[in-house]
Amino acid sequence: MIVANRKPLEEILGMLKPYKKVLLLGCNECVTVCAVGGEREVGVLASELRLARAKDGKEIEVREQTLERQCDHEYIDQIRPFVGDYEVILSMACGAGIQYVAEKYRTKPVLPAVNTNFLGVTLEQGVWSERCQGCGTCILDQTGGICPIARCAKSLLNGPCGGSSNGKCEVDKELDCGWQLIIDRLKELGQMDRYEEIIPVKDWTTSRDGGPRKRIREDLKL
Amino acid sequence: MRLNYPTNVKIVKVPCTGRVDILLILRAFESGVDGVYLAGCLEGECHFLRGNLRAKKRVQYVKGLLDEVGLGSGRLEMYNMSSAQGQRFAEVAREMTEKIRALGPSPVKNRVRGV
Repeated sequence: MIVANRKPLEEILGMLKPYKKVLLLGCNECVTVCAVGGEREVGVLASELRLARAKDGKEIEVREQTLERQCDHEYIDQIRPFVGDYEVILSMACGAGIQYVAEKYRTKPVLPAVNTNFLGVTLEQGVWSERCQGCGTCILDQTGGICPIARCAKSLLNGPCGGSSNGKCEVDKELDCGWQLIIDRLKELGQMDRYEEIIPVKDWTTSRDGGPRKRIREDLKL
Repeated sequence: MRLNYPTNVKIVKVPCTGRVDILLILRAFESGVDGVYLAGCLEGECHFLRGNLRAKKRVQYVKGLLDEVGLGSGRLEMYNMSSAQGQRFAEVAREMTEKIRALGPSPVKNRVRGV
């Protein structure tokens, strides 16, 4: 899922300075799974905002609302009946959700309460790790199911660099060398012959490098 | 045991300190309390195995939040005691009361609307 982390309270308070009536929108999907913007976290942030404002002798009214997702029309439409009562929307969804809300409610400022980080997985409760860069040309079949673009710090395509040492990357001693992981997995799968196949220079046009992307399925359009 | 302890301590009974959520603590401060403490089983002796350890971590987390917000982490504490330790219960009640008295009333007392 998409993993994000909440902005520091100070930053959020700074963004909210001119406002007294805030609609705090959570999201029930990715940000709930990574414990950043779900119903619980909305409750905690709302509480923090009220406490911080009260401490400075100022008021704030925060409505807590958690939508199923903020990346689909139908769910964002659900706030239409009451969005007019608020001066600003503070969204805890990922960047995609925050922007979509802004697109739909053009006369309301929409502020981000989180920093969106990466596409990742849950290693254990409380720990999330990056796995995918959304490069648009998946080669996981050639690398034993481990992505060299996302998991190698240099996104190398044909084996580790000289900085790989004891299975760790030179960038950070806690970071596994992506290519070490790939080689270990290819050995386990009995596919070491794949390692000999040269993966050619990557065509990055399918990635964000080719410009903002769009996918269309004509058969699904109404 | 009929021991005395300060009357300003209000007890909220929970089956285990592991039941205490971050939001419960924050809402308590919103309602105007000057301090909060959790009294849980001795470490390693939690009736529900690890509830008190979860509570300990949550208390650490909320202490961080309280510092961020400006109320100060000193207003929240975790204590461990056996349910047989009546004396310790009274002692902790007195200790916490003194601590909070020294910190003064909560700066957000009566200021948070609608709670």
